[in-house]
Amino acid sequence: MGKDGSLGYLTTRLDDFVNWGRKNALWPLPFGTSCCGIEMMASLCSDYDMSRFGAEVVRFSPRQSDLLIVAGIINLKMAPVLKVVYDQMRDPKFVMSFGACASSGGIFNVYSVLQGIDTLIPVDVYVPGCPPAPEGLIHALMRLQDLVAKGETHSQKKLAAFKQKDA
Amino acid sequence: MKERKDRVAQMHLPAGYQMEHDPDDLWGDARVIVNIGPTHPAMHGALRMVAKLNGETIEKSYCEFGFTHRAKEKLGENRTFHNFIVYTDRLNYCSALINNVTYVRAVEKLMGVEVPDRCIWIRMICCELARITDHLICVGINAVDLGAFSFFLYGFHQREEAYTLIEKLCGARLTTSYPRVGGLMADAPEGFEKELKAWVLKTREVIDEMDELLTNNKIWLKRTVGISVFDKEKCLQYSYTGPNARAAGIDIDLRRDQPCMFYKDVEFDVPISQNGDVYDRYMIRIAEMRQSLNILSQCADRIKKGSIWTEDKRVRIPDKDIVHNTMEGMIYHFKFFMTGFDVPEGEAYTQFEAANGELGFYIVSKGSPRAHRMRIRGPSVWHYQGLTPMVEGEKIADMVAGLGSINVIAGELDR
Amino acid sequence: MDVRQPIATNGGDWLTKFGELWKKQLTQINESFGSSVQEVRMPPEYPTDVPIIYVQKESIIDVLKFLKEQPGFEYGFLADITATDEEIDPRFEVVYNLFSHQHKCRIRLKVRVSEGEEVPTATSIWLGANWAEREVFDMYGVKFKGHPDLRRILMDSRWVGHPLRKDYPLRGYQLFTDSEPVDPTLLE
Repeated sequence: MGKDGSLGYLTTRLDDFVNWGRKNALWPLPFGTSCCGIEMMASLCSDYDMSRFGAEVVRFSPRQSDLLIVAGIINLKMAPVLKVVYDQMRDPKFVMSFGACASSGGIFNVYSVLQGIDTLIPVDVYVPGCPPAPEGLIHALMRLQDLVAKGETHSQKKLAAFKQKDA
Repeated sequence: MKERKDRVAQMHLPAGYQMEHDPDDLWGDARVIVNIGPTHPAMHGALRMVAKLNGETIEKSYCEFGFTHRAKEKLGENRTFHNFIVYTDRLNYCSALINNVTYVRAVEKLMGVEVPDRCIWIRMICCELARITDHLICVGINAVDLGAFSFFLYGFHQREEAYTLIEKLCGARLTTSYPRVGGLMADAPEGFEKELKAWVLKTREVIDEMDELLTNNKIWLKRTVGISVFDKEKCLQYSYTGPNARAAGIDIDLRRDQPCMFYKDVEFDVPISQNGDVYDRYMIRIAEMRQSLNILSQCADRIKKGSIWTEDKRVRIPDKDIVHNTMEGMIYHFKFFMTGFDVPEGEAYTQFEAANGELGFYIVSKGSPRAHRMRIRGPSVWHYQGLTPMVEGEKIADMVAGLGSINVIAGELDR
Repeated sequence: MDVRQPIATNGGDWLTKFGELWKKQLTQINESFGSSVQEVRMPPEYPTDVPIIYVQKESIIDVLKFLKEQPGFEYGFLADITATDEEIDPRFEVVYNLFSHQHKCRIRLKVRVSEGEEVPTATSIWLGANWAEREVFDMYGVKFKGHPDLRRILMDSRWVGHPLRKDYPLRGYQLFTDSEPVDPTLLE
């Protein structure tokens, strides 16, 4: 506690502590639509075992999860659905764009495909590959954990800015 | 379904009580409309079903898809025949190698190209490996949907081992793009047959283990026997093929009936079952995996050293030696990949028994390096179409079992 | 380079196996539907793998039913319905690929149809033709007369144009802000 009675030091440490908790208990919502969804399943299985990173509790309800893994193609028919799912998630929420299709449309630059989900929602981590190997997902998860610990994801930055404005 | 009076008798009503409403109609006229999907754990990939429920019973439903439509048929008209190989991976991504092989065979059929024996044997190995991985995913996910998670883990581990083998062939796991028109991307590595045989032995054990774990499990039997029945007549009406049709007693397997590659020369049985329910589809898939293992070990025995490329100059990709060291070679290489090779005018429908059923490529060529029409006949479209009549009058939880058992793959469904 | 090379048999020696059968079947079809058969293309004269029969669109249902039920034909399995855009008049060709479980052979029927014309639906013969015809409608805009539920299938119902037509651009995106709602009338 500071001499003037403020909790400054404690709250920053508290934020760190909360972020530490967050990063080690990411609950993913697997938005798997196509090929990448299969690789995501593989990384949740015993051989790659995402639970080592505290991220094995897969929740299909957007209200119960904080990490949206968009694995696979998002086409123009699916795009509004993705937007609704993202809006339903509670802050702070993190988005991982898994695979080339989700990140940029990949090899499908055609009439029906959304050219990257970042035209629709903010993305924190991109994973390259078509589809990426499970190692890619694990690497991306670790990078995301770093970002969460530092509070540098889109959602956390937005929250921080909001708090500052408030104070 | 029990008779009404039996059901009323079971309800232990007070003597003389006259029941006014129909016991099957729990909710009177009230109905609930439930929208399942496109993002729902039970809907594999991005599928959508809207069902009108009476209590838990589906009265009427309709299915929607197209949430992963990637315009592959349009791309087929805009990419060269060589370029299109990568797009065929993304059809049925659980068994990408079968799609690759069928596609290159379709183009070879149009061009009149014959490939050497070793190439064909390797392609057959690819097909059967892919078939096993596909079936492992199908039965595994079907079991997960019904609550048997450990079964899925057994299968998935062996599937990873299969991917190690596939990685040895082509360096990729899921989307392989391994075959080329007139050959293969690379030869199988030294000692591949030996590793394949070891994998076959191990997989046989794993499948036996999986079989023991689930086949006689009481809960599994209760959830699957007599559920989502699709009989022979309906299967013919809805053009069912593959394991789903064989589960209903249709004796058709294109590997045996319209043999291609060396399927005439290997011995295998075609498992047939009669009931056409979820359990039979599961049993057919388990039996088929064993047959595929038989084919694999025969292939591993009979494969011989030799060339993997056709001698046909029209489609043969120039050797890297010539490309790197001579000017003409490099120019030819550049031309080959930039403009592609001309496919003579004509049209052909090439079919193959893919893991799910009949996979067909109907290609119309007008003599240019791009197809005039590239039609992909995926079995999943026809299987998914049968879901609505299949689940009518069933509980909504059984719909999950039915959908998992017909193995609808979104990539092939939407193309 | 010879562009008229015969189609390779690719493992199955189809022509020697089914050549006689196809000839027999074609004469029988000609006897029964002489006036409605417009053109027959047989391998190996024409570069195709199985015979193609062009039928007038008014009698396609009769021919399909005949092929399905007549002894000696038994093309009871509808492998595929699709279409092609030929960019001439008549613009579209609707293609029916049939397979016979008894004889293990295939045959192909085609119907030429101009823009705006309707083809009779095959759903009365195969219930499964429903979605295939919807897809042809969605992708090419060919309408099917008497179809129970002719809606778009792969594209959104608000989509304008038919993507597989040759004049539709490869990158003709159409964005929508909300997803398709549930249609309760389909559950009546």
